[in-house]
Amino acid sequence: MNGPHDLGGQMGFGPVAPEKDEPYFHAEWEKRALGLTLSCGAFGAWTIDESRHARENIPPPDYLSASYYEIWMRALEVLLERHGFATAAEIDAGHKQTAGAVPKRVLKADMVASVLARGGACDRPVETAARFAVGDKVRTKNFNPETHTRLPRYARARSGVIEAVQGSFVFPDDNAHGKGETPQWVYTVVFDGKEIWGEGADSSLTVSIDAWESYLEPV
Amino acid sequence: MHDHADHDHDHHHDNRYSDMQARVKALETVLTEKGLIDPAAIDAIVETYETKIGPRNGAHVVAKAWSDAAFAEWLNTDATAAIASLGYAGRQGEHMRAVFNTPETHNLVVCTLCSCYPWSVLGLPPVWYKAPAYRARVVIDPRGVLAEFGLTLPAEKKIRVWDSTAELRYLVIPERPEGTEGLSEQQLAGLVSRDAMIGTAIASAPGVVA
Repeated sequence: MNGPHDLGGQMGFGPVAPEKDEPYFHAEWEKRALGLTLSCGAFGAWTIDESRHARENIPPPDYLSASYYEIWMRALEVLLERHGFATAAEIDAGHKQTAGAVPKRVLKADMVASVLARGGACDRPVETAARFAVGDKVRTKNFNPETHTRLPRYARARSGVIEAVQGSFVFPDDNAHGKGETPQWVYTVVFDGKEIWGEGADSSLTVSIDAWESYLEPV
Repeated sequence: MHDHADHDHDHHHDNRYSDMQARVKALETVLTEKGLIDPAAIDAIVETYETKIGPRNGAHVVAKAWSDAAFAEWLNTDATAAIASLGYAGRQGEHMRAVFNTPETHNLVVCTLCSCYPWSVLGLPPVWYKAPAYRARVVIDPRGVLAEFGLTLPAEKKIRVWDSTAELRYLVIPERPEGTEGLSEQQLAGLVSRDAMIGTAIASAPGVVA
């Protein structure tokens, strides 16, 4: 979707502000927000793609004025309500009122090390042969879906070259919406800066994205 | 602007910190009462990312690549396996790719769509990496962004920006500084900052703190 998250090439945000000796967390609640998000992810009720979509659905003024962990928390509340784990009234009250849904698993302290070490691989086998090969010229799709996609706006309807075939991975555009993993081949596609940004582009610049096969057409 | 003494950079948080503290506490309480979360698990997660998983993991990978040509080649062809061989795998490092700076090309990593970042080798991302200014500008004005980090590259150096739009996580392997022939792997790792592995810095010369 064309949400506030799709930031590539937008202007007006001012300079980058690196912070010297930045701490891992800027407030105690950020630690809890990280832990809550990972703990609730372990329920097995939603995918990383659904949680990304919940974040990009935050209205632009709220998204752009929130700190990153605040974005996480807003999305987590939506996911918990959607999947029946907590009601809005409970979250407002700060106490349990109903039993609610039962998750596949609850993350206990003694499981944390193994769960973090295992991660969640997203590569999946596919039956079809890769449609494109290294060196092929391709053009990205021109679309504006209201649903989740990982093709950024700045890289739509642009011509580039397949630089690498990365393997086959869960397709987020389906997986974010409960349509299954429907894996596809993923390619690194490289674009000249001028192809993307046109007149005045930095002539020394190339930009690449990792694109699922259905984002691409042969040229 | 807000008045938190520990938080002096220029973001638009207003007074949300105390508000968020209450909101997060409420959510943690609800979920704990329901038996859905274990507060001790949250403590363990925080401790892991505060003390065990951070940019020194990545610096070890870089130093090994600088001092062991066979490892560098493995890193180039199968970064996930090569990095896992050093014990760095897991969440947000499931699918790794290493990109090597050369005299001709400087690599720079971003996630314009969210904040994808190789947690297993760099730890949790800094605020600037997640903030709109970096995500918006680095794909269109990388030299301007690098200048804000104090890095001015020669005009003839090509810039390659990698937008992490899928599940691959990128680690930049900076060029090995000159005058480091005699250094141990551990000494070499000390020259590699987090930012050098994102691409917003280069490796330090010996005697300069990374």
